[in-house]
Amino acid sequence: MSEFLQHLVNMLVLGGTYALLGIGLTLIFGIMNVVNFTHGVLYTFGAYVMFIVVQQLGLNFFLALPVAVLAGWLLGAAIELTLLRPLRGSDIDTTMLVMIGAWIAMQSGALWIWGGVAKSVATPFPEAPLVLGPVSVSWLRLFVLAAAALLIVVTYLLINKTSLGRAMRATFQDHDTASLMGVNVDMIYTSTFAIGSSLAAAAGALLGPVYVIFPQMGDLAAVKAFAIVILGGLGNISGAVIGGFILALAEELGAGYVSSGYRDAMGFLIIIAVLIFRPTGLFARAERVG
Amino acid sequence: MTRALGLVGTIALATALVGGAAQAQTIKIGVNEPLTGAFAASGTYVVNGAKIAADEINAKGGVLGKKIELVIEDNKSNPTEAAAVAEKLITSDKVPVLMGAWGSSLTLAVMPKLMEYETAMVVETSSSGKITTTGNPFIFRISPPSAVEAAAFKGIVDKLALKKVDFLVINNDWGRGTAEDFSKMMKDKGIGVGLVETMDQGAQDMSAQLSKIKSSDSETVIVTTAVDQLTLIFKQAAALGLKKRIITTGGSQNPDQIIAQAGAAANGTMHLTTFLPWFPDKTPNPEATNYFISEWKKRGFEFAGCTESFRGYDGIRTAAAAIEKAGKAEPAAIKAAFWDIKVKGLNGDIVFRKSGPEGKESGQSQPNVYLIEINDGKIEMKSL
Repeated sequence: MSEFLQHLVNMLVLGGTYALLGIGLTLIFGIMNVVNFTHGVLYTFGAYVMFIVVQQLGLNFFLALPVAVLAGWLLGAAIELTLLRPLRGSDIDTTMLVMIGAWIAMQSGALWIWGGVAKSVATPFPEAPLVLGPVSVSWLRLFVLAAAALLIVVTYLLINKTSLGRAMRATFQDHDTASLMGVNVDMIYTSTFAIGSSLAAAAGALLGPVYVIFPQMGDLAAVKAFAIVILGGLGNISGAVIGGFILALAEELGAGYVSSGYRDAMGFLIIIAVLIFRPTGLFARAERVG
Repeated sequence: MTRALGLVGTIALATALVGGAAQAQTIKIGVNEPLTGAFAASGTYVVNGAKIAADEINAKGGVLGKKIELVIEDNKSNPTEAAAVAEKLITSDKVPVLMGAWGSSLTLAVMPKLMEYETAMVVETSSSGKITTTGNPFIFRISPPSAVEAAAFKGIVDKLALKKVDFLVINNDWGRGTAEDFSKMMKDKGIGVGLVETMDQGAQDMSAQLSKIKSSDSETVIVTTAVDQLTLIFKQAAALGLKKRIITTGGSQNPDQIIAQAGAAANGTMHLTTFLPWFPDKTPNPEATNYFISEWKKRGFEFAGCTESFRGYDGIRTAAAAIEKAGKAEPAAIKAAFWDIKVKGLNGDIVFRKSGPEGKESGQSQPNVYLIEINDGKIEMKSL
């Protein structure tokens, strides 16, 4: 029983960051219809910003987080303006190829600048964990969970309660009509990509100090983000949040009670099942076909 | 215009000829190591150690009157890449001998290429038993196979009063081979073997595996993986309140890096290593060890890397000795010469004995294995 409780706590902490990763990707896909292959690199980028600010500049850990989010926002906006805007209207395959190219170029850039050897970031949290009965969790991970939850709530409010969010949702439903109603679709696209990117960078900035930072760290994260988006339904934000927790639960229980060798396969087994039985994702609304 | 082009052509040709002439003045050794990916830290240390050996040999006049040139390639911690890199080194760079490929799965992937091109390789790190038992006569290994590690460890299990152990190993030939060889030894000694948990080489979160181990009835966990993942495991084990004794194997722990990055979480952990840079006087070859450590520090590398980099240093010196003995830089002659060399390695004399099926034996030297313990952030030696 205590082992099961520990797995549940691990799942909560892991799920929060998975959700953050999933939201950024699903937002961009839903609104822009762009498969963002640079998502993993933006995650890596956020982690390296933490490394620069905390380890190299010696600044405060908590100050570094908003810096990483802002840096992710700016890099995302730059990618949208230089790569995606000129490609607006071209088919999804072309955009995908360009994004794959950007992914490889940026990852090689990280390797060139920082080298392949992993870096770690010091945190202000105590090493001794918080112990609650049979369950134990590190303070750093609790902080990561709280920060992820905060970012998820802020994103939710941004999309559902602000005029920018209303314009984003309108563009999601039908960009031609939204454009006719006076929505600046170009601006919406840039903001969407920048917000999605800053969420990926935030996930990297939060998880970098928990793990270690290296140029390929984003690859596995990106694969998991895609899995979460498929689970939750493309473009579905609450689906991505729930999808993140389901993936974390599957990994924890899979590794704990089935076989740890298949831990990273668990998520994909679920996805295969979802694609067979509910191809639009677990939480997609009924869609008109044809 | 045509004349200008002609001039360019002449310069290019001249450069190529001069370059070619310069190349013939050196003897190449191919180095196939992971410089990116999961084992980047370890591979980089090995390459830095290899460079120290090459510089030392060249300062003393090189081999056969020529300088040694290391051709270093990154195998990206990926077996497919490791095989491709070996092929490139042999066919395009024309190296007559190789060193590599750090991980057991990487080395195993390279081995068919060695057979195909009949070129020998010094294996400096890999510990899977399969490497020297499958009948590949181009393999000359200076690192201990996991069965040798297990045998060395056998002497101390009574002193440690082990009753039941769990395993947490990297999910590849190295980790699974270690779990197999150590389980066998433990069972022979009447020690119980509980869980055998694995982790992917790129995995960063081992909380699920550690939570499971936390709830088991074993008192000791044997962990096998490289330094980056080990650091994460110590931190995550501490965060989960895992109180069991942790013993690591494989010699790629870089204990000083663990102390620096995992802090108090590293205290009380024990490590099977193959080099003692903390106690140069206790190594089989104190003079060479002191020289290597001072050279390593002089180059500004972190001391933590010593336990890994010495393999690259010994590996290149082994390859160079074989070239010298062969009297010519040709693959077949070098391969034959490996059987006749005796190198004073930093971890004991390197002399190859036959291992594997008759007629196509691999070479295996008999390096020492040590057990160290981290206490209050300091390294102590335990006698085996």
